[in-house]
Amino acid sequence: MSNQAPSRFDSSSLAQLTLVRFRLFLREPEAVFWTFIFPILLAVGLGLAFRNRPADILQVAATTPQLTQKLASDKGLSASTMTEAEGTHALATGSILLLAVQQPSESVSYKYDDTNPDARTARLLADRAIQTASGLKEVVPSSNQLVHEKGARYIDFVVPGLLGMNLMGPAIWGLVFAIVEARQKKLLKRLVASPMPRWQYLASFLLSRIFMLCVEVVVFLAFAAIAFGVPFRGSLWQLAFICILTSLSFSALGLLISTRAKTMEAASGLMNLVMLPMWILSGVFFSASRFPAVIQPFVRALPLTAAIDCIRGNMLQGMGIQQMVVPMATLLAWLVIPFAVSLRIFRWR
Amino acid sequence: MQQQTVVGKTSSSHASGPALLLRGLRKSFTDVTAVDGLDLQVARGECFGLLGPNGAGKTTTIEICEGLTTPDEGTVELLGLNWQTGANQLRQRIGIQLQETQFPEKLKVEETLRLFRSFFKQGISVDESIKTAQLEEKRNSRVGGLSGGQKQRLAMACALVGNPEMLFLDEPTTGLDPQARRHLWDLVDELKRGGRTIILTTHYMDEAERLCDRVGIMDHGKIIALGTPQELIASIGGEHIVEFSTASARAATDTPHEVEVAAMLAISGIQSHRVDAGLHQLSVSHLHTAVPAIFAELTAQGLDLSEFRTHSATLEDVFVGLTGRTLRDE
Repeated sequence: MSNQAPSRFDSSSLAQLTLVRFRLFLREPEAVFWTFIFPILLAVGLGLAFRNRPADILQVAATTPQLTQKLASDKGLSASTMTEAEGTHALATGSILLLAVQQPSESVSYKYDDTNPDARTARLLADRAIQTASGLKEVVPSSNQLVHEKGARYIDFVVPGLLGMNLMGPAIWGLVFAIVEARQKKLLKRLVASPMPRWQYLASFLLSRIFMLCVEVVVFLAFAAIAFGVPFRGSLWQLAFICILTSLSFSALGLLISTRAKTMEAASGLMNLVMLPMWILSGVFFSASRFPAVIQPFVRALPLTAAIDCIRGNMLQGMGIQQMVVPMATLLAWLVIPFAVSLRIFRWR
Repeated sequence: MQQQTVVGKTSSSHASGPALLLRGLRKSFTDVTAVDGLDLQVARGECFGLLGPNGAGKTTTIEICEGLTTPDEGTVELLGLNWQTGANQLRQRIGIQLQETQFPEKLKVEETLRLFRSFFKQGISVDESIKTAQLEEKRNSRVGGLSGGQKQRLAMACALVGNPEMLFLDEPTTGLDPQARRHLWDLVDELKRGGRTIILTTHYMDEAERLCDRVGIMDHGKIIALGTPQELIASIGGEHIVEFSTASARAATDTPHEVEVAAMLAISGIQSHRVDAGLHQLSVSHLHTAVPAIFAELTAQGLDLSEFRTHSATLEDVFVGLTGRTLRDE
C-alpha cells in the first residue's frame, strides 16, 4: 500500500526519465553552448564573411595613367597606376585581380589568372572599358534590369547545411556520452536492476531530443530568417517533420555507437569515425555534387547528405516531401536499421 | 490510507516458504570459477550475511540472486518466484544496492529518488525515503557534493523507495570511514525492524557480527561455514584468542629458542595453535586457568614475552581457522 498518492507525473517513469535528461542537459553549460549558441555564432560568422556586398568592386591596375583613367570609367572597377614590376607583385599577392600593360605598339595586354572567376570578370570589364573609352560603339543597344534574388546567396545555401549539421551533432553526442557514462559508472546496471522498463530509458533520450529540437531549430531558423532573410519556400510543417526525422535518425545512429562502447575514449573514436566523413562529404558548406562521380553513391547514402538535401529542397526550392522520396527514404532507413540493430545488441552493463 | 512514521512493514509476513533458495549454483567466467556449487536457504525476515575476502564470489552470488547474472547451473528462487517467469514481479518486490553505482553527479538527491520511485508501482514516499536515510539536509544538494557515506545512504534510499520485501546490499560500507559505517549500520538495523529479509555481503567481520542473524563464510566460490555468528565462533573451540611473541631469555647463546608447540597444546583448555608472522595464536576456552599455565610453560622453556594480549574470538578468527588466511589477505 502506498502512503502517499503521487501525482501522475511523479509516477510516470517515462516522464521522470525525460525530466532527468533535461536537468542533466541544462546543468551542463558546455552542452548548452554547443547546442544553442554555437550554431548561431557560426551562422553569424558565415553571414558576415559571405554577406552580399552591393556588386563587388574589382581591384585592377594599369601601367599608364591614361589606361588607368579608361579603366576607372567602369563603375565596377577600381583602378590604380603601377609599374609592371609592382603590378606583377600585386597580382601575385592578390591585392589586384588584373594588370593592364600598355604595349609599345598601342596595343594593351592583360595579365590575370584565368582560373579565378573574379579575374575573368575583371578582364571582361577592363577590356570593355578600354574599348569603349577608345571609341568602340555598341552594335546591339542594351540595358540592364537588376534582380537580387533571395535564396541564391551563399548564406541561403549554408543555413540548411548548418541546420543539418546541428541536428546531427547534439543527437549523437548527447546520446553517446550519456549512455557510455552511465554504463561506465554502473548506473545502467543499477537501472536495469530496478523495475524500470528498458525501452523507456532509450525513449527518454528521443523524447528529450525532440523537445530540445523545437527550441534549437526554431531559434536558429528564426535568427537566419530575421538576420539574413533566408527564405522558407516549402511547408513549415514538412520542414518540422524533416527535422524530427533527421534528429531521430541521428539518435538511432548514436544509439548504435553507444551499444557496446565501455569507455569514453572508445566512444569518442567511434563518433569521429562516423561524423567526420559526413562533415566533409555531406555538403554542409559546399555542394556534395562537387565530389567525383565514383564516390557519389556513398555520399548520397550518408544520412547527413539526405537530411541536408531534404532541408534545402524544402527551404530553397519549396519542394514537397513527395518530391524527395529518395533522400526521405534514406533517412528513414537510417532510423529503422540502426535502431533495430541497437535494441538487439545493446549492452546494459 | 495508513499513516506510517517509520519505514513501513512489508506485507510479506503472512507468506510462507523461504525468502531465498539457492540450489547447486555455479558460475564461471573465462578465467575463474566464481561460484562453485552453492546451496543456501534464507528465511523470511532474516538478515543474512555473506562474509569472505575479495574474490570469494560474494558479488557474483548476490548478482545471481538479483537476476543480473545468469548462473551456468543451479536454481534460484526468491519469494517463491524465479527470474525466468517472475522477473517483472520480482523487480517490484526487491530492493537493490550495488557495489560502486555512481548516480548522476548533477542530479539532486530528491530528483534521484523521485526517478527511482517512479519505477515502482507502490512504495514509500520520496520524503519518507529521505527521512529514513537521514538525508534531509541534503535533499536539494547535488549528488556530486555528497560525502561517501551520504552517497551510500542515497543508494540505500534508492533501494528502499519501492518498500521492498527483500533487500540486497553488496558491500554497503566498503570504503567508508568508521563513523559513516556505524551510521549505515543503524540504518540497516532500522530496516531489519521493518520485517524485511536482508541479504548483504561484506568482508568486514565486525559488520557481519553486528548486523547478521546468520552468516555464511565464503571462500573460492563455496560456503565453507554457515551459522549464527555465535555458533561459528563457538565452532573454533575456544571463545578467546591469546596472542604472544617471544624473545630468547638467554640472548648470549647462539641457538635461538623456539616455542615447543606440543607442550603448549598439552595445557588444558588450549584448543589450537598457529603462528602468523612470528605471532603465536592460541585458541583458548578458559582464560583464567589457561593464561597462568601459558606463563609458567614459557618460563620453563626459557622464553621471554615481548608481546602478549588476549581478545574474544571473532568471525575473523573463524575464517583464519578455516582457511589459514586472514580476510584481508587478498
